[in-house]
Amino acid sequence: MSTRLAKQGRLIDRSKQIDFTFNGKRMQGYAGDSLASALLANDQMMMGRSFKYHRPRGVVAAGSEEPNALMQLGSGDRYEPNQRATTTELFSGLTAKSQNHWPSLEFDVMAINNKLSRFLTAGFYYKMFIHPRPLWKHLYEPIIRKSAGLGEAPDNELKDPDTYEHFYFFADVVVVGGGVAGLQSAKAAALSGAKVLVLEQNNHWGGRAPVDGGTIDGDAPEVWIEKTLDALRGMKNVTLRDRCMASGVYDHGYVLGYERLTDHAPGQGGPRHRLWRIRTKQIVTATGAIERPLSFAGNDVPGVMLAASMRDYVVNWGVTPGQKVVVATNNDDAYRTALCLHEAGVEVVRVVDARDTGGGALMEAVREKGIRVELGRAIARVKDGPRVTKVAICAQNGEGGAQEEIDADAVAMSGGWSPVVHLWSHCGGKLNWDKENAFFRPDPARPPLGDNGEGFVIATGSANGNLGLGAVLEDAAVAGAKAAECAGFPAKAVAAAKGESMTEAAMEPVWLMPAKADIKLRMKTWLDYQNDVKVSDVQLAAREGYESVEHTKRYTTLGMATDQGKLSNINGLAILADSLNSEIPQVGTTTFRPPYHPISMGAIGGEARGEIFQPVRKTPIYDWNDANGADWEPVGQWRRPFAYTRSGESRHDAVNREVKNTRENLGLLDASTLGKLIVKGPDAGKFLDMMYTNMMSTLKVGKCRYGLMCSENGFLSDDGVVARIDEDTWLCHTTTGGADSIHAHMEEWLQTEWWDWKVYVANVTEQYAQVAVVGPKARKVLEKLNAQAGGGMDLSKDALPFMEWRDGQIGGFEARAYRISFSGELSYEIAVAASEGQAFWDALMEAGKEFNVMPYGTETLHILRAEKGFIMIGDETDGTVIPQDLNLQWALSKKKEDYLGKRAHLRSHMADPDRWKLVGLETVDGSVLPDGAYAKGNGINANGQQNVIGRVTSTYYSATLGRGIAMGLVKHGPKRMGEVIEFPGTDGKIFKAKIVDPVFYDKEGEKQNV
Amino acid sequence: MSNPVTATNGAAFTGIATVKDAGLQGMITLRGDLASKTLQAAVKAATGAEVPGQRKVSLAEGGAAAWMSPDELLLLVPYEEAVAKTAELAEALKGEHALAANVSDARSFFSITGEGAREVLAKIAPVDLSPESFAPGDFRRSRTAQVAAAFWLQEDGSFRVVCFRSVGVYMFNLLSNAAHPQSAVGAY
Amino acid sequence: MLILECPYCGVKAEETELGAGGEAHLKRYGPGSDDDQFHDYLFMRENPKGVHFERWRHANGCGKWFHAARCTMTMEVFGTYAAQTTEPPQEIKDKITAKRPGWSWREFSDAAE
Repeated sequence: MSTRLAKQGRLIDRSKQIDFTFNGKRMQGYAGDSLASALLANDQMMMGRSFKYHRPRGVVAAGSEEPNALMQLGSGDRYEPNQRATTTELFSGLTAKSQNHWPSLEFDVMAINNKLSRFLTAGFYYKMFIHPRPLWKHLYEPIIRKSAGLGEAPDNELKDPDTYEHFYFFADVVVVGGGVAGLQSAKAAALSGAKVLVLEQNNHWGGRAPVDGGTIDGDAPEVWIEKTLDALRGMKNVTLRDRCMASGVYDHGYVLGYERLTDHAPGQGGPRHRLWRIRTKQIVTATGAIERPLSFAGNDVPGVMLAASMRDYVVNWGVTPGQKVVVATNNDDAYRTALCLHEAGVEVVRVVDARDTGGGALMEAVREKGIRVELGRAIARVKDGPRVTKVAICAQNGEGGAQEEIDADAVAMSGGWSPVVHLWSHCGGKLNWDKENAFFRPDPARPPLGDNGEGFVIATGSANGNLGLGAVLEDAAVAGAKAAECAGFPAKAVAAAKGESMTEAAMEPVWLMPAKADIKLRMKTWLDYQNDVKVSDVQLAAREGYESVEHTKRYTTLGMATDQGKLSNINGLAILADSLNSEIPQVGTTTFRPPYHPISMGAIGGEARGEIFQPVRKTPIYDWNDANGADWEPVGQWRRPFAYTRSGESRHDAVNREVKNTRENLGLLDASTLGKLIVKGPDAGKFLDMMYTNMMSTLKVGKCRYGLMCSENGFLSDDGVVARIDEDTWLCHTTTGGADSIHAHMEEWLQTEWWDWKVYVANVTEQYAQVAVVGPKARKVLEKLNAQAGGGMDLSKDALPFMEWRDGQIGGFEARAYRISFSGELSYEIAVAASEGQAFWDALMEAGKEFNVMPYGTETLHILRAEKGFIMIGDETDGTVIPQDLNLQWALSKKKEDYLGKRAHLRSHMADPDRWKLVGLETVDGSVLPDGAYAKGNGINANGQQNVIGRVTSTYYSATLGRGIAMGLVKHGPKRMGEVIEFPGTDGKIFKAKIVDPVFYDKEGEKQNV
Repeated sequence: MSNPVTATNGAAFTGIATVKDAGLQGMITLRGDLASKTLQAAVKAATGAEVPGQRKVSLAEGGAAAWMSPDELLLLVPYEEAVAKTAELAEALKGEHALAANVSDARSFFSITGEGAREVLAKIAPVDLSPESFAPGDFRRSRTAQVAAAFWLQEDGSFRVVCFRSVGVYMFNLLSNAAHPQSAVGAY
Repeated sequence: MLILECPYCGVKAEETELGAGGEAHLKRYGPGSDDDQFHDYLFMRENPKGVHFERWRHANGCGKWFHAARCTMTMEVFGTYAAQTTEPPQEIKDKITAKRPGWSWREFSDAAE
């Protein structure tokens, strides 16, 4: 059984007991426990069921590489699936549930898959469920999804109560990993004056050294670690962060750090995770190494564990996974586990060393303790079950015959080590195969390159393939100093701390145990625990022709689980290489991609949630609109009222009311969102003549002109009224969405093409609140305001004619009034300072009462303009429409030699007489055409589709006319007036519409010009 | 009949720093040749401040001048004087190619004071805000979360932040969120 | 995520402050140009594996456009320079030559004087 030891446990505080539950069962642990160590202390060996075969699984590792012990943590709005027990710090009240089983962990119906495993080989799903096609969606997929999988998805009705944030940080050197290599590197780098940031994923420093032993500068590693930490904490240029994992390395020295602030103390307040967005000149990866499992049958039975991890549980948390342990290895390091267990009073029943010649001093030390060591031997299989009970031992160099079965309740295995090269590789660092140690190690000659073309990552310590404390520390001191030097600090050789550990004999690669294991064994030999991929699956993939490692990965799903194959990749590669009669370096690795370990979506989103999910742009009249029935419509990031609905009124009714009232009385539109750009300078007229298709340089001071803008491609991009302010100043109105983009567009041409032209542009969009005062009573209300204020601007027809503007006072407000109309009514657009916008609006509403004033929204704006046949950028245009399509030839200057789009309009397709052109559309029965509907043509096209001859671009119910009106682009449209064409709706209904003039209302334009 | 109001109406929040609506502030966009003696004199006359160097703000008694780009300054003057000062600048620069525009009402203006001020901004702007890299008088235009902004550091260690008025409420909420009382980073 | 130094304000800006603007040094063809010239100006772009010249804008910053010479393979930045030029400055060309002898891009190359 697994249990808490009486002694040991350097990370736990036995005076602080902590209660938690697992699958509803109350359990106790200590402060400092991980969930995994606490479960083991409670003899909870089995922690979950496997993904595909639902086999019982226990914890294999002690860190972020853990593939099996995935938990559903928390409940309600703090519930989260797929969390590793090994990286979860225990806290009071923690609730954990195992996953992927039904009805219970101990008895799981789907475990039948285990019995069927012979049929569920690699590619089974692809082969089995491809035919008949429709069954996949309705039958196969739902069943497979239910039976295979991880934790349950959180309830999508619940909102995560936690907050998250980002933090931008700049360093000269980032050291990833707070083990002895990282600390030594950090110290070396910091001594040269560089600004150093050290990131450690765990809540404790020092990495493996305190567990693995040896001495540093003559003391136990802990002593040196504490001393070094103190020194680093005392340096102003060093920042140390624990619980902060470097999750990825990106171009030009960008590093993401994932800091877990309250996972161990939920609800304590403040952000739960913080994503550090770090920019650094150099990165030192001191990320250590990960032990590899051995591939033998039953290597996934709960109780089979990585040897070094077993040591972690004993030393760090005072927990032993078993009382009778078999150690299996191909290297000397696992003997440390045997010694450690022995010292803790746990019986080591056998050390099975696959090497014929065995190990060195460590092996001798183990033998001295009276522990039986067998050489050239292997584990043939571990008996299936919810935990280890029996282990069969055989010769390594054989097929698994002549087995000796021994009783044991845990197995410690070591297949050698793999340097953690992920961060080195994320941004393109290359690897070499180290044959002697059977691992990939960073190739210092081919590092990832920064913006200066030089390497910006240096791997060190065991992440650089160094074994043994002495070599690790020496390498780390050099790496730290070099990083500082590469970051621009004077070179400074720093003496490394002196590390001493027992010398180790050479390891021997063992990719299968026993070497020629028969198929029965291979089908029970796991490579990837989390995705349930076995040796036999990779071999099958190779037989079926999957030669590329990337293809094999996707076919078998090896390494594709949430642990990204931290344990399985090298073992899988070796099996693939062997099956292909190739060498491991020839087969190569799959691509290492960030994040190193899963990070929360919340951290990625950062502060962007709730109210600040995205900026909402508000006009100065926003609050009033909101309080007065605004039915909000997003227009880019702006919010504009679609309509102002009154209680008991539908949207549609509100729009009809607003349309009628504006035509008959008085409407107010919050037009503040319209873009306003000041263009000034001696060359401003010349410049605007290039920007607009029509002539702006000839516009007289005090007057306004409607202008069109095209892209260099000839397509309509924006429109608006331009006012000439003085001799060398114009004010250009853009569409609501166009203010920023047209400003940028102007700056682009001024800066990159005509940089010698003297023109300045300023975006003054938000300086003004702009109100459109529209309707037959528009002048009356403004004159009333002036009368109340005892005078103001003359707003009469003669003093301020149509298409002119004036500055002056209206109702006591400093204002600029434009006599322009987008509705066909008498209309003034009045701009006042944004800070006074609400006051001005209030004054208009008050004074307008007697004229039956009503605010109107964007839908009414649209209907009013559509009744007049005015185009709208974004409705009549979609980036493929040219002015000629909209019968706007009148706005294309023939006098100008050049303007943006002029040359493009000469291209053959632009001049094609078959282009669809703007017309009005009137349904025969008065109904409203569906938006975007296509007009039916004759016959079918080359793809067998119905030919179409046009489409609806704008369509509304016109309360003014009491019928549906629409605009559309129709082939030869203007020549087909009176013709009736058909628009099929999506519901099978055919709409018949007559082609008419697009101006439906007040064709002579008398109403706006009074 | 002037009753001007800001977009956030004097809002304030205190956490690791105090975020405050800094009220109505006269602001003038001035584009022109920053090396021109006439322009320099006009800036001095309007604000009392010298034309600042690259990415600097020069602060004077009742005004300031901030470096927006090689041909643009942001001038700070009392709100009530912005219209008149804009006209004065235009008049003074009549002979030159220059553009002065009153943008006082186009902006929202905030102050961040207190110990955590640097951290508040460093959570939302991709800028090195450590004391070694960002000193009083430094001025920066950048991105704060999802909107453009400009900010500078005053002599007293407090920041001023300028953004468009339409996103004033967003900015206040953003800064307040970053100033959450339990969110100190402790990185500087 | 790239960093590029804005030559106008001296900021080493990360990509989120910048806007990408496509290929640099395009020659504008307007009225009077033939169809091929205009077509190429509008649509034909280099897509090199290696040395490339691009336009960028310090959008969330000083708002200015600038040019960058960059290696599309390694992301190495040879230099950034003002947009008010029709060709890369000699200093930039020299920097590229030092790192990528024999380079060429459109009408510019190692040998170009």
